[in-house]
Parts: sequence; C-alpha cells; structure tokens
Amino acid sequence: MTDVVSPAAGIPKAKSIRRDIGIKGRYAAERRFRAYGIAALSFGIIFLMLLLWSVVSKGYTAFQQTMITMPVEFSQQIIDPQNERATNPQKLMTANYPVVARNALAKLLNASVDDRVAARAIGQMLSDGVRVQLRDLVVANPAIIGTTQTVRLLASGDIDSAYKGQIDLTVSQENRKINDQQLGWMKQLSDSGALAKHFNGGIFVNGASSRPEAAGVGVALIGSFYMMLIVLVLALPIGVAASIYLEEFAPKNKFTDLIEVNINNLAAVPSIVYGLLGLAVFVNFMGLPRSASLVGGLVLTLMTLPTIIIATRAALKAVPPSIRAAALGLGASKMQTIFHHVLPLAMPGILTGTIIGLAHALGETAPLLLIGMVAFVANYPTTPLDPSTALPVQIYMWANEAERAFVERTSGAIIILLLFLILMNVGAILLRRRFERRW
Amino acid sequence: MNTSLILLILAIIGIAGYVVGARYSMALVGGISSKLHSRPGYYGSFVAVWAIVPAVVILFVWLVASPMYISSSVRGAFPEDVKAQSQAEQGLSYGMISSIARGMNALTREEIARVENNPVELRTALGAKGVPLAGDPKPFMVKAAADLNTMTFVSRMLMTIVVLAASIGGAFSAYRQIAPRFRARNRVEKVILGSLVVASSIAILTTVGIVASMLTEAAHFFAAVPAWEFFFGTVWDPRFAAAGSGGSEGQFGLIPLLLGTLYIGFVAMLFAVPIGLFSAIYMSEYASPQVRSVAKPLLEVLAGIPTIVYGFFALTTVGPFLRDISSQLNGLVTGDYANFIQAQSVLTAGFVMGIMLIPYVSSLSDDIITAVPRALRDGSLGLGATRSETIKKVVLPAALPGIVGALLMTASRAVGETMIVVLAAGVAARLQINPFEPMTTVTVKIVNQLTGDLEFTSPQTLVAFALGITLFAITLCLNIYALYIVRKYREQYE
Repeated sequence: MTDVVSPAAGIPKAKSIRRDIGIKGRYAAERRFRAYGIAALSFGIIFLMLLLWSVVSKGYTAFQQTMITMPVEFSQQIIDPQNERATNPQKLMTANYPVVARNALAKLLNASVDDRVAARAIGQMLSDGVRVQLRDLVVANPAIIGTTQTVRLLASGDIDSAYKGQIDLTVSQENRKINDQQLGWMKQLSDSGALAKHFNGGIFVNGASSRPEAAGVGVALIGSFYMMLIVLVLALPIGVAASIYLEEFAPKNKFTDLIEVNINNLAAVPSIVYGLLGLAVFVNFMGLPRSASLVGGLVLTLMTLPTIIIATRAALKAVPPSIRAAALGLGASKMQTIFHHVLPLAMPGILTGTIIGLAHALGETAPLLLIGMVAFVANYPTTPLDPSTALPVQIYMWANEAERAFVERTSGAIIILLLFLILMNVGAILLRRRFERRW
Repeated sequence: MNTSLILLILAIIGIAGYVVGARYSMALVGGISSKLHSRPGYYGSFVAVWAIVPAVVILFVWLVASPMYISSSVRGAFPEDVKAQSQAEQGLSYGMISSIARGMNALTREEIARVENNPVELRTALGAKGVPLAGDPKPFMVKAAADLNTMTFVSRMLMTIVVLAASIGGAFSAYRQIAPRFRARNRVEKVILGSLVVASSIAILTTVGIVASMLTEAAHFFAAVPAWEFFFGTVWDPRFAAAGSGGSEGQFGLIPLLLGTLYIGFVAMLFAVPIGLFSAIYMSEYASPQVRSVAKPLLEVLAGIPTIVYGFFALTTVGPFLRDISSQLNGLVTGDYANFIQAQSVLTAGFVMGIMLIPYVSSLSDDIITAVPRALRDGSLGLGATRSETIKKVVLPAALPGIVGALLMTASRAVGETMIVVLAAGVAARLQINPFEPMTTVTVKIVNQLTGDLEFTSPQTLVAFALGITLFAITLCLNIYALYIVRKYREQYE
C-alpha cells in the first residue's frame, strides 16, 4: 500500500485522526448486553435443572421401601385363643396381628417381649400396615394359623428414614424419632439380610394413609384417570364442534365477535375461578356429590375447552383453501367438505392441542381443592361419582403433612406426575412430527 | 325405569331407525342409489335424529323440572304451622321428608302400614334399613313422604312413557317423510350446524355461569356484610362460623389480601420481566439456530410444570434456603444468628412465581420481537449502530406496545396464581411492606375459606365468592386491555 503514489504527494502527510466516537465503549456495551442475555437464559435453565434435581434427589428414594423379611409364627394363642373362628369370622378381622409380627421380630432379634419397654420399641420398628398385611394373609387362608411362614413386612416410616440415611444421627437420642437401641437392632437385621430395601410397589397402588410408609397414590391415579377420561370425552367433541363453527361457518357479526373475545378471555381466567364455578353450579345448584371425579372432570373440561378450541382453530386454518375448493368443486356440500376432507387433515394438529390441554388439566390443582377433592380416600373409587382425589391434590395434601417421610413421598408423587406429563408431551411432539404436513 | 336405561333404549331405537331408514330409502328406488336425492345414510341419519333428539330434550327438561314441581307441591301441602317457619327450617323438614321417602322404598308393605300409624317407630325401622334420620319424624312428614314417593313414581312412569312415545313417534314421522326426492342431507346438515352453534355457545355459557354464580353467591355475602366494609376494610379476620352462632361478627377487609396479591405479583414480575425479556432478546436476536432450538423448548418446560410442583419447591427448597442464608448473613454481620427472612415470605413466593412466569414473558415477547419487520433492523444496522443499539433504540421501541400487552397478560397470571402462594406465602393477612415477612393473597383466602367442612349460609364461606368475583374482574380487565393493545399493535405491521 505504501508504494502507491499518492496523487497529492506534495501535501504533507497528516496522520488521519479518527474521531473518537466511543467505539470501544460501544463494543463493550454490546458485549455486556449480550452477556445479560446469556445470563438471563442460563438463569432460567439453571433453575429448571435445580427444580428437577431437587425433586428427583428428594424423591427417588420413595420408590424403594425398607422391608423386613422374617419367619412369622401365626400363633393360635394370639390370633384366636378361644378357637371360635368357625363360628365368628369377625374374629380373624379383629385379631391382634401387630403382636404376632412383634413377637416374630423379637424372636429374630433374640430379645424378650417380657420387657415391656423393649417390646414396645420392637413393635415401633414395624409399620402399622402389618395389621392389614397379616390379616389379609390369614383371611385368605385361615389354615396358616398355627404354622410359621416367611413374610415380608413393611418397616415403620422412621426405620425406613433411618435406613435411607435421612435421619440426623448426631442428634441425641431423646430428640430423634428412633433410639440407639432400635438403631442397633436395625444394624443387626440389615447385617443378617432380613432388613433390606425393596422396590416399592405400594406407592402406585395404595390409597391414602396417615402412615407415610403405607401411603400411595393409587386412589389419586384412578381419580385423575377418570377426570382425564371425562375431559377427553367432553372437551374434544365440544371443542372441535365449536372451532368448526367459528372457523368455517360463523358469519362475521357481533355474536361471533362476542364468542371470540369470550374464548380468549376464558383461556386467561385464573383456574381457581373455575373451581368456584364448579362449586356453585355443579355441587350447589345441580347437587352433584362433592369430591367426585365427575365434578372435577366437568370443571377441568370447561378449563381445557379454550385451549382445545384455540389449537383446533389454528389447525383448521392451516389446511389450505385449495382442498376446500377442490371438494366443493366436485359437488360436496360444505358439511361434507369439512367432515370428509378438512377435519381429517387437521386431526394431527387437533390431537396435539388436545394432549397438551389434557397435560395442563392433569397438573391443575387449585379448582379441585374447592370442589372438595382434598379428601382422605383409602378405598378405590369404582365410579366417577365416588369420592376420590387427584394426583396433584394428593401432592398438595402430602406437602402439608408434617412428618419427614412424607417429603420423600411427595417428591415421589411429583416424579410420577412429571413422568405422565413428559409422556403426554412427548406423545404430542411425536404425533406432530409424524403426521404434521407443511403445505 | 331409570335414566340410563331410557337413554340406552333411545340409542337402540336410534340405531334401528338408521338401519330401517337407510334400507327403506334404497328399497324405494329399487336399489339404484343415484335416483335418491341424498346418500342412503342420510335418510337413516334423518330417522335417527328424529328418534333421539326430541326425546332427549324432553327427557332433560323433565329431569330438571319434575323435582322442582314435586318439591313445591310437597311444600305447598305443609301444615300451616310449618309454613310459618323460616325458609331454612322448612328446608330441613323437606330434607327429612325426602330421606323418609327414600327409606320407605326399602320397607315392606306391612312395615309401611305399621309406621304410618306410629311415626315414632319409623326412625328405628329406617335405621335398621340403613337410612338414619336426623330427628324424630312428625306425623305430617310420613304422609308427605308417602305423597312424595307416589308423585315421584307417577312422574317417572309418565316420563318414560312420554319420552319413549316421542322417540318412536319422531322416528315414525321421519320414516313417513322418506321419498326419493326428499332432501334428507340438507335436513341432517341443518341439525349438525345447529349442534355446532350449541357447542360454540358453551364458551358464552361458561362466562355467564361464572359471572352469574359468583354474583348470586356474592350477593348473599353482601347481604350480611356491607360492600364498602369488604372493599375498603383493612382488617381480615373472618372468625370461624360455629354452628348456630350469628356468624357475621368477623371482619372481611379486602385491602390486606389485595395488597398481598399485588406485592407478591410485583416481586414475581421483578424477577420474571428482566430475565424473560433478556432471554427473549437473546434468543431472537443473537442465538444461533442450534442454541435456540435447545434453549426455547427448555424454557418452555418451565411453563409445563404444574404449579403445585413450584409450590413444593418453594416450600421445601427455596424457603428454607433463604431462611438459612439470612441467618448466616445476620450472624456474620451482627453475630446474632437469627434469621430475618421467614421461610414463608413475600420474597419466597414472589421469587418462585417469578421463575414460573419466565417462559410466559419470554415466549410472548419472543413472538413480538420476531414480528418487528426486518427492514427496521437493517436500516439501523446500515447506519452503523451496533446490535445492542439497534435492539435498544429501534426494535424494543417498535415492539414496546406488544411487550406491554404481554407483560399485562403475565401480570394477570401472577394475580390468579394459587398453588405457589398457598404453599409459600403464608396465611396471615397483614398490612406491611417487609418482603421478608409472610403475607397472604386473595387466592389463598379463597382456598382457605372453602376447604374443610362448610355450610353455604355463613359469610365465612360466601366471602370466597366475593373474593372470586374481585379476582375475576381484575384479571378480566388486565386481559382485555392486553388483548386490545396486542391487537392494535399487530395491525400496525400487517
């Protein structure tokens, strides 16, 4: 460059002064601005990870439960001392099974049950749920009375927490729920292999229980299932019908505008307001039973409708007009055009929207609290009219429990809920990938 | 006959009508379907529609109307001294009569004859059948219950006959109309169109239902508590309504709840707006497509997580963390390890709610920023502005109305959010400005007043509906205004 002769060679070369327009500062500002963006984005993602990690780290242990496998002597003396079970079947229902289990455990530990303090401490190591466990065994097969069977029994919630290392053992024994003697026994049992963690099927099938170790989301799963079924059966046809009308038939007039504004607003109404509506209309006015999954399903249907309508309208809009023109040109009526040609092509989009709406409905809690789904339900509901609870409501109830072991259960239930949501969303994404057409 | 059986029979008649109608139309033209105006299926559907729709309408009207008619005629037959009692007491008597009536269906004929003469025995007799009574029945009740049973029985019989007759008659008259030139398709399509209109008016019905139900219940509340005491009261102390107590002694001041709601919402927006907005700007202006395709769905996962999960996160992780860190800080500075942030506080709830709102802010503003025309950016960049200058001076001002709309929508979510505040904000309704202390919100109080055993006559429960209508009004205003802004803005560039 330097050897190019300048045409104005005679003019003294002045060093070109670049005007200081603060370029450095502006680039620094640019970099800062960019960094803010990255920081904001990573903040959001970090908190997502933190949230998931906190739930999973607290909850994965809920899928394992500490159980004690031991020979239990079904002694006639304790279960049915007067030998009256033939005449009085009630006897087997009310027998003192916890003592049977306690004696078996004491025998395993070589401890004497005559020492009342020790006997109590041993009894506390077993869950209250053993009463039902042993009763079911005996009622199913009364012949086992008098024999010795190897049975796997639930350990108590405190033993479970201690065995999983969730109890701070540095605290003096008066201030914790499990004393040193019980800890010693626990160690002895786990060394001998009698006490071990097993997969916890109970959390999926059991109903409500005040004992964390025996509580499960079985009833809640059934309730949620009923509700999703009701939402699907009601919201999908009604939503699709409403969108077809609005998108294909509705004349442009005040009434149509009103419906449009309405749907947009309904999509943004706080969910708790739907709960109030359900309480006032379905429970109070129509007299449907409280706590029933039918009412919950109806409320969630109303809540999901706007989502489905908005998704369906978008899907209908995406079908190109040429399809309609072709069908109409071949002599199909407008109704035939829509039901035979447009709707099938829009179906993947509609189903995707429906699944996402259902996923939202599955996680919704607030409206269900108001219609009385906060209920202690231990028995499976057989119809949607029976009292029941729902998965997110069960989480809410457990979150309010004071006992330490319920934190684990709550997180476990959240993991189950999130798995369902992931399943539904992945299904929706796959559906979209597989069937969505770009025109 | 019970209702589901009737519905089943209607369905059978409908299916049969379809088959018969379709066959008959084909038979009329000797199997050459081109001679028909419509496809045979439409003739079948025409018959089925006439068999089912009028009958079902009659059935539902009957099911709604007959209990009202029966109850009013039973009440009309009450003795004069009972009629003189208050509505609530008459309601109790009626409730007892209907349980007696239910119980009498379980009794045998001889037992009924015996108890009719001796109402005192009735309670034990019904108790034995598993129908407990609240009190000793009075003589007039037994007669009224018997009347009630007769009327219900007659009404059921009549309903069955009328509905089935309507179904068969409808099917028959439709069948008679079938002819080769009969325009069955047009008729059926009209019915379908009608059902589409009905479906879309459910949206309106829902809104009407929300407003009407809340207004009526809130009107009951305002009958007991003056409206200005509710809207301008500064003390929230509803007291529990013990059965029998007058119940209206509590104070129902909205102000502390409303301020709590707005405060927590404000704190949430304080976290959500900058983070959401900067994420949106980064994703739409800077990020490469790969980063965007990963980051955007990840942020949207935050929107898909149920709010109860956020509430639990606030309750067990964020709240205790803030409490412990505040006590450590306090200890470092003053040597006194007392925590100054409560586990349940405005900050905890607001912070977690802020995280929940990030994806709303970011995806709404992302859409709006992307919608700003390319030409504006190119012009600014061409004049030598850096990217950030373009964003700050050109893109954001152009997108501002839309972003304000998006923020208003987000704010309405914050106001209506329930589960996070129920678990993390506390229940004490207090007027204070320290973000480290618990406060409560409108939604928390709705949940508190309506969970547990309730009685729908006390202001303690009815206040929830007054709170609900306030909440509805606030979010409605925010949303309508936001929609208005967004719509207006959209038109600008279209």
